[in-house]
Amino acid sequence: MSSAHSVGVTGSGAAGPRAAAELTDTPAPRTPRGRRRKVREKYSWRESLAGYLFISPWLIGFLTFTVISMTWSLVLSFTDYNLATGSQTPAGLDNYRLVVEDPKVITSLLNTFVFVVLSVPLELVLAMVLALLLNTVRRGSGLFRTLLYLPKMTPAVATAAVFLLLLNGNEGAINAVLELFGIPGPQWLSDPSWVKPSIVVMGLWGVGGSMVLLLAALRNVPRELHEAAAVDGASSSRRFFSITVPMISPTVFFVVVVNTIAALQVFDQAYLLFYRDGNSNAPDAALFYGVYLFQQAFQQFNFGLAAAMAWLLFVIILGITAVQMLVGNRTVHYEGGR
Amino acid sequence: MATDISSERIVAPVRRSSEVEGTQWAGPPRHRVLAVAGQVVRWTLLGGFSLLFLYPFAWLLSASLKPRGEIFDNRLIPHTVVWDNYVEVFNQLPLLAWLGNSVVIALLSAGLMTISSSLVAFGFAYFRFPGRAWLFRLLLASMMLPGAVTLIPNYLIWRYLGWLGTSVPLWGAALFGSGFYIFLMRQFYLSLPKELFEAARVDGCSALGLFTRIAFPLALPASVIVFIFEFQAAWNNFTGPLIYLNATGVENFTVPLGIAHAMSVYSPTNGGQGDYQYVMVASLLVTLPMIAVFAFGQRYFVEGVASVGVKG
Repeated sequence: MSSAHSVGVTGSGAAGPRAAAELTDTPAPRTPRGRRRKVREKYSWRESLAGYLFISPWLIGFLTFTVISMTWSLVLSFTDYNLATGSQTPAGLDNYRLVVEDPKVITSLLNTFVFVVLSVPLELVLAMVLALLLNTVRRGSGLFRTLLYLPKMTPAVATAAVFLLLLNGNEGAINAVLELFGIPGPQWLSDPSWVKPSIVVMGLWGVGGSMVLLLAALRNVPRELHEAAAVDGASSSRRFFSITVPMISPTVFFVVVVNTIAALQVFDQAYLLFYRDGNSNAPDAALFYGVYLFQQAFQQFNFGLAAAMAWLLFVIILGITAVQMLVGNRTVHYEGGR
Repeated sequence: MATDISSERIVAPVRRSSEVEGTQWAGPPRHRVLAVAGQVVRWTLLGGFSLLFLYPFAWLLSASLKPRGEIFDNRLIPHTVVWDNYVEVFNQLPLLAWLGNSVVIALLSAGLMTISSSLVAFGFAYFRFPGRAWLFRLLLASMMLPGAVTLIPNYLIWRYLGWLGTSVPLWGAALFGSGFYIFLMRQFYLSLPKELFEAARVDGCSALGLFTRIAFPLALPASVIVFIFEFQAAWNNFTGPLIYLNATGVENFTVPLGIAHAMSVYSPTNGGQGDYQYVMVASLLVTLPMIAVFAFGQRYFVEGVASVGVKG
């Protein structure tokens, strides 16, 4: 591997695999200055080979499960795929027309958007409150953090099993507690207007992940800034909004983007609470896009239609993330600029 | 840097105090009372939230010990304690087989993922080759790809390979590493001093030797993060087994898929008798290893999560 010592920036324009194949410890002959090409690195072929070998697991996986997969998915979305025979017949835009015309697609999209709008802000606010409390409490911060993070470790299926019974409209513990305060509890799992709040409540139980992220960001705010401002007489609320908020804004932004993408693909909780029997008496309000996509693909075996739905979701996620990025670039403060 | 030193001196006493009441150390007694009151309020709030968050666990434990008819009585201390639930569940459900399947899949996933991601990360961190920056950007971009898009074709790929109905699709992807873990490990490898590798190379160490003898042992803390994260992800995974194992025999299920199956079998709407106490036992048993993993590796979790946030 000693040849790698010769790696360095030379004026040579002849970079790339061909030049690397020359196997030299001496600099490659320079091309005439007249060719004014970008200065490039010269690579040792042995080092390059080692590098490619090391990253080959990822390269193979990426080619198979991303490049081939996405191409196949795109092809599928324009075909009528028969799982039994494996035959694909071209279907043009039929799948996409079906997707757009299917009222259930519209319903599931709207359900999903409502869920995103409910869950993402609520989770952010709760995570923020908890992180701020943890950051400013002087004793027991570690213990509280552990306790509040534990639900995040719990498998979705265990969470669903417990909440299925806790949220039971007639006998569940949550309504029993509400009754103590004289509040008549709703039929969480069968009243269509309470279906989404049920799943939001379940999700909030796992707020620990976002909380730990925000706590780490709060801990990273340099003390010196606060101290300097305090010496200058800035009040604690002023310091919060002028120092803490800008300093943690990249993490807040990250949490919002990631949680939005996750919420748009919500599946496990909704499936486990409402669709685990494959029964059809689940309320329409619980039909999320991910659930309908799963039904179309793995219960109806409409792979073409499901692939078209997946691409529509992909485009929606890209669009929403792009909008968030645009807003983020204006409001998020990046230390040291961008 | 005289200014730095002086500011250090001014702020020294503040260090120990919390951020919000940064000035109370020097303030009049009234401020001290307020600060104490503030701490009491915070403690109460955090305690209240913690109790609220722990309640489902307590409820789960309690329900797992109740007889069928008393699950919904909402008493935290069961009226009748049925320890036998923990024995009977193994007769009622093939829980032992499910646990075995889950352990095998989670260990394989975590082990393979740790090795593959470390290898790839070392490749990106240490060697220079054409297209490295470009490929790494591709890797980062692939982390953003929503899983729903590749779900169906990946299923067809595994079907084409003839591994449907086996556990291979559930751990096979771990052979190829994963963007987030590779990123995490690469950061760690980049922080190792280059001289270490140069010296070994002068001594005739091979490229693979650099990895197995120097890089991997030194990066063990970061590997533990990858292992724990992936173990948790594989152990908790529900969608994967649902897609790849649901059509096979019940004894091939993982614990999460098995619990979902038991939930519908016992459901009165499906003609079951509402034996949810067994579902609760199984739910508790699937949760406990995760709590143990967290207790053991909490440091790693917090580090891992924090490293995401800082980069984000």
